[in-house]
Parts: sequence; C-alpha cells; structure tokens
Amino acid sequence: MAMGRYFKNLNFSIGLALSTMVVVMALVSLFWTPYSPNTMDAHHRIEAPSLAHPLGTDQYGRDQLSRVMVGAVNSIIVGLMTVAIGMGAGIVLGLTSAWGGRLADEAIMRFSDLLFGFPAVLSAILITAVMGPSAVNAMLAIGIFYIPVFARLTRASALTIKGLDYISAARAAGQEEVAIIRRHVLPNILSPLIIQATVQFAVAILAEAGLSYLGLGTQPPHPSWGRMLNEAQTFMELAPWMAVFPGMAIAWTVLGFNLLGDGLRDILDPRLR
Amino acid sequence: MTAYLMKKGISLTAVLFLVSLTVFSVLFVLPGDPAQIILGINASPETLAALRARLGLDQPFWVQYGGWIGSLLKGTGGHSITYDTAVFDLISSRLAVTGPLALMAMAIAVALALPLGIFAARHQNRPGDAAVMAGTQVGLAVPEFWLGILLMLLFSVHWGVFTAGGFPGWGEDFRGSLKALFLPALALGLIRAAILTRLTRSSMLEVLREDYVRTARAKGLKERTVVYGHALKNALIPVLTIFGLQMGQLLAGAIIIENVFTLPGLGRLVFQAIGQRDLPVVREVVLFMAAAVVIVNFLVDLSYAAVDPRIRLDGQ
Repeated sequence: MAMGRYFKNLNFSIGLALSTMVVVMALVSLFWTPYSPNTMDAHHRIEAPSLAHPLGTDQYGRDQLSRVMVGAVNSIIVGLMTVAIGMGAGIVLGLTSAWGGRLADEAIMRFSDLLFGFPAVLSAILITAVMGPSAVNAMLAIGIFYIPVFARLTRASALTIKGLDYISAARAAGQEEVAIIRRHVLPNILSPLIIQATVQFAVAILAEAGLSYLGLGTQPPHPSWGRMLNEAQTFMELAPWMAVFPGMAIAWTVLGFNLLGDGLRDILDPRLR
Repeated sequence: MTAYLMKKGISLTAVLFLVSLTVFSVLFVLPGDPAQIILGINASPETLAALRARLGLDQPFWVQYGGWIGSLLKGTGGHSITYDTAVFDLISSRLAVTGPLALMAMAIAVALALPLGIFAARHQNRPGDAAVMAGTQVGLAVPEFWLGILLMLLFSVHWGVFTAGGFPGWGEDFRGSLKALFLPALALGLIRAAILTRLTRSSMLEVLREDYVRTARAKGLKERTVVYGHALKNALIPVLTIFGLQMGQLLAGAIIIENVFTLPGLGRLVFQAIGQRDLPVVREVVLFMAAAVVIVNFLVDLSYAAVDPRIRLDGQ
C-alpha cells in the first residue's frame, strides 16, 4: 500500500530509523537519564567510558551519556522552532511575492537577498551583541536565515501553480484570492516545503551546535552538544572520548534527518531524483 | 548587455545599502555607551560628554549613519576601541588569514568534488557510485568544527604532524603559516566537497543524457573528450550557483573554525570584538562579510554567460 512505497525507499527507511532513535532518546531523557545531567561528582572526573558511565564523564564528573541524551531534546527543539520561524514567515512572504504584483515581488526578493547576506552565525553575532547569548536568540538567528529559503521555494512553487487551469476555474467560480491560496495553492505546494523543512531541520541542528560551540547558543550548565564539544577541546589530550560522543550524536541526528528528507524527496517528487 | 548590467548593478547597490542599514541599525540599539567603554567607569560626566561629541555619538541616527557611510566611501572607516587602530587596517591584516583559509578550503573542495562527482556519475548505480554517495552523506552530517577537532586530535595530539592551532604569520614563517592553515582548510573543504560532489554528480548525469552527448559519442569521440570537453562545461552551471551560495556558508564556517584553531582571522576578530563591546569592529567586519556574500552571488550571476554561451546576459 501507500506506506509500503515509503519503506521500500532505502534513504527513507534508514533516515526514519536513525531519527526515530534520536527522538526516542530525547523523549526518554524527559523522564529518565542514568544520572542527573548537571550533577557534578568530584570523585569521578574525566573517567573513560565504562559500564557505570558508558560514554565516560567530563571535567566535573558529569555523566556524558545523560548529557548527550538531554542534548537531544535541545537539538530537536532548536530544529522545530527554527523551521517554524523560517517556514511560517517564508510561506507568507513567498505567497505575497507570487500573488502580490511586481512591486511586492521585487521588494520581497530584495529583502530575501538581504537576509541571504547574513548566514546564521553572522545574524547570531549581531543578535547576541544586542540581546546577549541564549538558546532563544540562537534559534531566532537561524530561523531568520531560513526565511528567504522558504520564501523563494514557496514563490517558485506557487508561480508554477498560479497559471494552471484549476486556479483560473476557481477564480471564475467567484472564489476570493485568499481562499484560492488557502484551498488550492497551499495544499499543492506543501510537498516541496515539507522536504525542505526536513533538510533545514538537520541544518539547524548543525548551526545551533556551531553557535553553542562559540558560546552564542545554549548556555551552561544546560547540556548542548556544541557546548560539550567546546568543553571537550580543553581536555583533548587527557580525555579524547569527550570530543567524540557529542559530535557523533550531532552527525547521527543530521544524517538521519538528511536521509529522511532525501527519501521523502524521492517518494514525493520523483522529478527531483 | 549594458542594460542588464545596469539593472543588476542597481539591484546590488540597493541590497548593499540595505545590508549596511541593517548592520548599523541593529548595533545602534546596542545597550552600553561606547564612550564609557573607552574611558572606563571612573570617567567624569563632562569627559564622557566631550568624547561622545567628538565621536559623534550625540548625533541623531541618520547623521551618524551618513557619517559612517561617508567614512567607508572615503576609505577611512571606523576606529577600533580595543586595538586603537583603523578598523580597515585590522580587516586587511586579518584577511591575510581568512582569505587564504577560504581559498584553500575551496581549492580542496573543488579538487575532490569534481573528480568524485564525475566518477560517481559515470558509474551510476554501481558500487563506486554508492560508496561516493554514502561518503558525501556522512560529510553533510558532520559539523565542520567537530571534524576540525577530530583532525586536531589525530594529526596534532596523536601524531604531532601539525600544531594544534595558532598562526606564526606569513612574514615570519611562510611554510609554518601554510601548515597552520592546512587542517582548518581541510575541515572546511571536506564538508564543502560533500555538497559539491553530489551536485556535480547530479548535474553530470543530467548532461550525459543530452542528445549532443549521444551525438558526440556516435561521432566516435573518446569518452574522455565527451565527458571533459563537452559535458563538464555545461554541468558546471548549477555547480557554480551553489559555489556562490557556499561562500556565505564558508565565511560562517570560518568564524567557527578560526576559533577551533585559534587563528587570528576575521572570524576570531569579530567574535572577540563582541566580548570587548568593540562596536566599530563588529559593525565593519559583519558588513564586510555580508557584503562579500552578496557580491560573490552577484558575480556568480554574471559568470553564467561565461560558462554557458546559451545564456545571454540581455536575457534573449
């Protein structure tokens, strides 16, 4: 049946398996972690992986596995929030650009050129300089950078649909433009947007990790994979495992969502294969 | 052609104006008084007021913005509070690190991506193709700063082949400087290579299915001539677009990687300037980076015609 088509796709199946594991780990961490992620233990500082601490401990004796688990929640929230900001604003701007006439189109496209000039790290630097470093500000910075990505995609998809017969028919039947967009355009441009959202979700996790590494994202003591790598670098000679597991968690999650996005693209839009 | 260039030029100027206005406006609302930062907390109100007047900080927004743009156009720019020197001088000295770093990263990316992408396309759906594609998927998932840390762990900590960060300076030690940039450039370049390889492959696949490629083969041309002489040039157009878009990502990556390897580049400069509340430095470096991204995208637009004669700049 329909779902069988999805699972026959290797990218989709592997991607779904990898990302589900991360989501399950994040959900479990909301109720249970082997140790409290922020509790320091002076007797077990910088311990190599063992049965008691499968991923070892950090310089404060905190259990790395517990911190990696809680870090997953942080990454998923960042992914969801940034895509929500980018997609929400991007769809509105993209549709306005496609439907609002030449002036609106030109203005919105130049605005998106402007936003493209500010990669997430640059926006984060500006936002942090004004509002200080925090996870919310990092999400805002990444989300703002996503707006033109979704705006351009929405505009391009909407423009291909705009001239089709069923839109003219809806207009001839007396439907308002807003109703046409809501009922006929939006549902038909959702596939590329969902595919893009999956990919941007993964990119957001990478971007947030980078910002947290720089100290511009999630603030200590709250665990974040990027921040953990920053702390690990100081103890690289003494405890190389500290620099390995958080990075693996990032790569695992990003790989999962990237494959999921690729799989969805193959299934929903075979022309792009 | 001229009309097209004029239109593009006006559009570029408008975007650059908006970029400068955005950067200035965002930092204009920054809490904290630059005069207080320069003079310290013990400065008297009179001294503070005098310095504010000298720096033009008591002027309205548009006067300050106009003054700033004027100074940029005259080539003088702002003055760093921390380094007590012209920001332009700071940018040019730090660019001597970030520029070669970005170029080396791009060179590594292109040197890997083109042959791998072409190889994968020519061996589509065979084990070689699958291996390259799996490798690129992993490359896309790995954060460049983590790759940098792992490379440092392996080559510096474990094998001691490279130093774990720092930069001796081109004048002092040219070879040492090149060596200091190699690992960070490799970390940046490998990630870019993953993206460009995938794109080169898909672009080549599309072009290799074209009629003219079949004709070239039918004429009895060698496969090498068909691929490199006929197909590659046309397959490069989408690669070029992404190459331009990658410039922004590369600069963003450089900010992080310079911090991983403690390289005295633009990224590290702007990052430290935030902590020091050195407003003129933050403002001009961010403007420089954003403008670089916008200008590179503009140049990519213009270069389409050079790569593909079917695309005419006058839009015919």
